[in-house]
Amino acid sequence: MDTKTIYARLNKVFRDVFDDDSIVVKPNTTADDIDDWDSLEHITLINAVEREFKMKFKMGEISSMKNVGEMADIIASRAK
Amino acid sequence: MTELEFPFDSEYIIKKRKSIKRTLLADGSKRLKKKIAVFGGSTTNDIVVYLDLFLLNNGIEAEFYQSEYAQYWQDAMFPSEELLSFKPDIVFIHTTNRNISAYPCVSDSKESVNQLLDSEYGKFQQMWQKIAETYHCPIIQNNFELPFYRLMGNKDCSDYRGRTNFINRLNSKFYDYADKTEGFYINDINFISASYGLKEWSDPSYWNMYKYAMCVDAIPEFSFNLANIIKSVFGKNKKALALDLDNTLWGGVVGDDGVDGIQIGQETGVSQSYYEFQSYIKSLKDLGIILTVCSKNDHENAVAGLEHPEGALKPDDFIIIKANWENKDRNITEIASELNILPDSIVFVDDNPAERGIVQAQIPGVSVPVMDSVENYIINLDRNGYFEVTNFSEDDLKRNEMYKANAERAAQQATFADYKDYLLSLDMVAVIDDFLPVYLQRITQLSNKSNQFNVTTKRYTATEMEEVFESGEYIRLYGKLIDKFGDNGVVSVVIGKKDGDVLNMDLWLMSCRVLKRDMELAMLDRLVERCKEQGIKTIRGYYYPTAKNGMVKDLYGRFGFEKISEDENGNTVWQLDTSSYQNQNHVIKVEDNTSIK
Repeated sequence: MDTKTIYARLNKVFRDVFDDDSIVVKPNTTADDIDDWDSLEHITLINAVEREFKMKFKMGEISSMKNVGEMADIIASRAK
Repeated sequence: MTELEFPFDSEYIIKKRKSIKRTLLADGSKRLKKKIAVFGGSTTNDIVVYLDLFLLNNGIEAEFYQSEYAQYWQDAMFPSEELLSFKPDIVFIHTTNRNISAYPCVSDSKESVNQLLDSEYGKFQQMWQKIAETYHCPIIQNNFELPFYRLMGNKDCSDYRGRTNFINRLNSKFYDYADKTEGFYINDINFISASYGLKEWSDPSYWNMYKYAMCVDAIPEFSFNLANIIKSVFGKNKKALALDLDNTLWGGVVGDDGVDGIQIGQETGVSQSYYEFQSYIKSLKDLGIILTVCSKNDHENAVAGLEHPEGALKPDDFIIIKANWENKDRNITEIASELNILPDSIVFVDDNPAERGIVQAQIPGVSVPVMDSVENYIINLDRNGYFEVTNFSEDDLKRNEMYKANAERAAQQATFADYKDYLLSLDMVAVIDDFLPVYLQRITQLSNKSNQFNVTTKRYTATEMEEVFESGEYIRLYGKLIDKFGDNGVVSVVIGKKDGDVLNMDLWLMSCRVLKRDMELAMLDRLVERCKEQGIKTIRGYYYPTAKNGMVKDLYGRFGFEKISEDENGNTVWQLDTSSYQNQNHVIKVEDNTSIK
């Protein structure tokens, strides 16, 4: 899967989860950039991303991901 | 909203939770406002998010209090000012097997495991009692889901040292408490986790990372199950089923295939599935759910199909059979008005998606579960919790009996040439007297739901009715009617306010269950008797017309009152002189409160 497709699909998931159509995610996007992105919404977000790409993050990855770029890298290596 | 009814798509709900909430809040419907305190033993945020959605969908707008993380015990035992002033209408205790403080060890003796069990249970029981004393509100408590591993393998369930065994025993103790405690309900997560799949449900990463006691995907199912209890406690259950026939209660089309051609019974897998569904419906009837038929069929074909010797249901099981070629939404509206219930308390069961679509569009609030294939019929009805049992009263058990008794009375009436002979043959005994505290709730209920035999349609809240009960300014009567077919309960209420030697009638109502039994005459006799005892010379009656109370337009006229005025809206005032009154009831034996033990 190419990077462009991953970002397009990620963007849709972010917009759904945070109910905000103005969101545009970039590799350096972090929780600080999106209003509602707190630790509780993070759970919903991870869950929705996993469903979208039919893959699972490992426990260690969830706590160590620094930004959307790192998330996209993991997806690229694992998504079907 | 179909998206929130079983079988729902959890993934969709999780993703769209915010827009679903916006849509629900914007639908303009009036909802009950309730306060719910959630005492959590693990993270509860998402549980509350979905609970909120399912309750909104059931007509309840909730305000929530949530414990700080895992502070359920502290919140229950040492309530904060915030919590006390929150005044919950219901308390939900969200504990799971992650909150059990100590499990048996393999080296434990039987006695020490028993002690462990008692102390674990004691902790909960103490908490429930404290909550009940503090808030006087219903309590919902999770039972425990099974552990996700079994140290002793299969023996874990039967050996007293096994965790599985320990949890099952603890659950039994919870059930005993629930069984003997009113207003205490178990949220059966043992069932829901099993149904979902215990392995996925208990995925330990959700506990270890987020302190959720179940996987995030399972939370909508959890909250849905919990919402069913809450909406049932607050009176939002459905009351009646409107059932299609062809391909719903049996396979095939009775009008085309003939009675012998429809699939029902034990012959094939398909006919067995329909039989199982019919048996399920029949059990719902035993719970007090009213069964009706709503089918596009000739009436005689419909009845013939229901008389199929292999079927579990018989025509007798249905209070109303609407088999005609009218639109179904119209038939359902008629069923509702004949049963004197609201259309939104009906569940419409039909295999045809087009019919379901029309009914859903035409009748706001009616429930229309997906009936896609006969093997799913039971689960799609059952899991929606339309008839979730929280309070199973005598009245529920008797509801169908009562309707049946009415039908029997009607049948017997046909054998009497003279109506008075028929009434005498019923051996009617009434208790008519001043209110008793034990009946106040029923009296208030009647004042709020009687529409037809009700001259003023004045509604009373529980507090207002209590004031009437405690005041010396009123003459009050309730009437209870028993006959040889059964006890009809409290069926009539009369309230008059004294003004010198005049009594102004505030309320005169009667349940339509006992129409044409001369019960109203027995009430009048007693009223005049009480008036004379208290020096009342004139009784003044008022009739205020509504869309529904046309049947009592001339009630006071039939009683022998004289009409003294009428305005342009049809409001009338009537008057009776008590001194010349002669008793009018000659068919009911009347007793007073001394006959009530």
